[in-house]
Amino acid sequence: MILEARDVGFRYADGAPVLSGVSFGVTPGRSVALVGESAAGKTTLLRLLLGLRRPTSGVVLFQGQPLPTGHRAARPFRRHVQTVFQDPYSSLDPRQKVSRIVAEPLRALGFTDHGSRVAAALDAVGLPADTADRYPHEFSGGQRQRIAIARAIAVEPTVLLADEPVSALDVTTKVRVIDLLAELRATRGLTLVMVSHDLAAVASLCDDTVVLERGRVVEQGPTSEVLGGPRDPYTQRLIASIPRLPR
Amino acid sequence: MSLLSVSDLSILLKSGEGQPIVDRISFALEPGQRLGLIGESGSGKSLTTLAVTGLLPPGLRATGSVLLDGTQVIGARDRTLDRVRGHAAAVVFQEPSTALDPLMRLGKQIAEPLRRHRGLRGAALRSAVAAALDEVALPTRVAGAYPHEVSGGQRQRAAIAMALACRPKLLIADEPTTALDVTVQAEVLALLDRLAAAHDMALLFVSHDLAVIGKVTDEVLVLSQGRAVRTGPLAEVLSNPGDDYTRSLVASARRLDAALDLTPEVSDDSRGA
Amino acid sequence: MRRRAFLVTGIVLVAVVLAVALLSLFWTPFPAADTTGGRLEGPGAHHLLGTDKLGRDLLTRLMIGARIAVAVGAGAVALGALLGGAAGLLAAFANRWLDDSLAALLDILIAFPTLLLAMLVVAARGASLASAIVAIGLAMSAIVARLTRVLAKRVLAMDYVTAARTSGVSWPRIVWAHVLPNIWPTLAVNLALQFGLAVLAEASLSYLGLGPPPPNASWGRLLQEAQSTVLTAPVGAIAPGVLLVVLVVGVNLLADGLRDVADPTRRRHR
Ligand SMILES: Nc1ncnc2c1ncn2[C@@H]1O[C@H](COP(=O)(O)OP(=O)(O)OP(=O)(O)O)[C@@H](O)[C@H]1O
Ligand SMILES: Nc1ncnc2c1ncn2[C@@H]1O[C@H](COP(=O)(O)OP(=O)(O)OP(=O)(O)O)[C@@H](O)[C@H]1O
Ligand SMILES: [Mg+2]
Ligand SMILES: [Mg+2]
Repeated sequence: MILEARDVGFRYADGAPVLSGVSFGVTPGRSVALVGESAAGKTTLLRLLLGLRRPTSGVVLFQGQPLPTGHRAARPFRRHVQTVFQDPYSSLDPRQKVSRIVAEPLRALGFTDHGSRVAAALDAVGLPADTADRYPHEFSGGQRQRIAIARAIAVEPTVLLADEPVSALDVTTKVRVIDLLAELRATRGLTLVMVSHDLAAVASLCDDTVVLERGRVVEQGPTSEVLGGPRDPYTQRLIASIPRLPR
Repeated sequence: MSLLSVSDLSILLKSGEGQPIVDRISFALEPGQRLGLIGESGSGKSLTTLAVTGLLPPGLRATGSVLLDGTQVIGARDRTLDRVRGHAAAVVFQEPSTALDPLMRLGKQIAEPLRRHRGLRGAALRSAVAAALDEVALPTRVAGAYPHEVSGGQRQRAAIAMALACRPKLLIADEPTTALDVTVQAEVLALLDRLAAAHDMALLFVSHDLAVIGKVTDEVLVLSQGRAVRTGPLAEVLSNPGDDYTRSLVASARRLDAALDLTPEVSDDSRGA
Repeated sequence: MRRRAFLVTGIVLVAVVLAVALLSLFWTPFPAADTTGGRLEGPGAHHLLGTDKLGRDLLTRLMIGARIAVAVGAGAVALGALLGGAAGLLAAFANRWLDDSLAALLDILIAFPTLLLAMLVVAARGASLASAIVAIGLAMSAIVARLTRVLAKRVLAMDYVTAARTSGVSWPRIVWAHVLPNIWPTLAVNLALQFGLAVLAEASLSYLGLGPPPPNASWGRLLQEAQSTVLTAPVGAIAPGVLLVVLVVGVNLLADGLRDVADPTRRRHR
């Protein structure tokens, strides 16, 4: 297991429990989807996996060790685990050039060869080199998402945690970004944990699927089984809700 | 008379540079009628909806004609439009985070249009807010929360509650379910469908997802780079896409749809509970 | 292009007042406190803009007034920005309880009349230029703090801040690289407005005798002194008024222009 949640429970300071008894893990190179309806606690779980919040009970383990606390101690972990968000508009600082945005993790994590790594990352996500000295507002949603992915892979992480990475993209762009993520997985052996309510994206990208309902895991296993032959009534309802093309 | 009649609508940069962003598109909506506006990112869908309500950002200008409930929107003053907005047409935007004030409790934000347009006060206002939340399946507790304290889906439902609060004749929904999970999306689409039918509300529904559009409307207009490239019943567009762009759109949609046709391998013990 | 013209105008207006203020430190046509001519003389070759009712040179007094206006405006804005900015950032980062208390405190401070605050400061430190700056700067800091808090919270809720945190970027660095660049343009425009208000506030302090003592009178005091003689010697009232407007308008144009120039979304890509 490279990243693992063990019996994790969580509540925000002023609220009811959001997660209880959540356990699941990812082995290196695999991809796991966290699915579930709105407010099920998917984003919260991702925040715990990222070490942005501490679980109220249970532990999150990275390579078998509890996530380090403290700014300095967390560095090696941060270098290994990067993230992509849903909203391609709020995830890029409008006042920074793309070069600076993509270089931010490099700078923070003590890399020195910024220029070449930024260029390599932009190239890997299929953006032209002159992207670097432009500003985010000059790009479409899909291009912005590529920039966000470039930022995440610039430090060559082993794990990518993505919160709805394709949900805000139009169908044609979505297919392209899915292909990009699949390619990064194939070429770099990237481990992917993806939160998504987009089951088509999940089916295209993820080996395993964990279904969360109101903060609890109701079903988990290989995606083809969970989505292909759901056992839990909640999962069944989830799949029945997917809008399909009229035939 | 049509509720909304758009003819030769173009949207250009005020500075006059470059190509028109939206290029001479026309369509009309009768009361209670629905239309799906579909197209790739940057094709001008959102700008079209903004032009319809006279909300274009400062650097842009519209030409042509937009008649909304008898009012010419293009070139109209803000005061004229204030009367039209909310009553004649309300909008649910793509980004729930931009439609909501991050520093105001959600209950207060939903109360605002109810107070202004329906003149409700005090206890009547409170119960109307509760009813509005209930209508979009949000718990009453959400009224006391700030936008960042609820999930993405809850935020968008709050925004929908705000738009529906004044019972508009036309609801413009700009990708209102992009941030929602499938079960809530199904509920919201059913909700929009039900409310539109019940109140004879017309619907201009923007999406890039053919499958989603199929849930609320049968009629679509395909936009590509600001031009209307295809219009007609959804089934026909699917079976006979016509131009290149529509063809790639349909192919992508079919590919994602096909990914969902999963057959489980037979192995019984690999699954936890 | 028109935007650029506004910015240039702003720079020129502010530069002129600044130059006059600086010059007054080294040279004025006459000693400020001396009676060098007849009372209420009109403009002439000797006294370019004439004299006041004590026979002091008007141009000299205006030049010294410029110095005071700039000192009060810049001093109060600097104090307000530092104090208010720091408090606002603190509130934005604080937990809910501390944030709510700070917000309530700021609301009370803002409701507190500036003049009352000024009287307290003057009572404590005596009437002087520094007292005026401290009093006005304190009052301003509450307003700046509230604005900073709102703007900073908006930025902190953005995903790019979360992305920075997941890359191990420290909080001070996040403030420096993300929060400040995204809030200063709005703050700067507001501070420019506050600059103008500070100059005017000093005028009312002087009117109440709480400002810097004569003969180093501010434009506000010149205006007030000229009130009774505005019909016989209009220059004495018009000149400080015009200068006041020039400075306030100049600072606002400058801030607006800087904001636009700094905003990448308003710039066109080659
Ligand atoms: N900062 C916060 N403070 C308090 N409660 C919160 C906070 N963030 C989320 N919550 C609550 O925690 C619960 C889970 O939210 P979370 O964002 O994890 O859901 P999600 O599964 O990601 O949903 P969605 O698909 O809509 O994004 C919700 O009830 C939400 O209201
Ligand atoms: N304020 C503006 N000034 C100049 N150009 C703009 C402005 N707003 C949008 N555009 C451009 O107009 C085009 C159409 O934008 P619009 O937001 O309508 O696209 P959309 O079809 O809604 O895309 P999406 O699916 O990503 O929301 C884009 O190329 C965009 O870059
Ligand atoms: Mg979420
Ligand atoms: Mg749009």
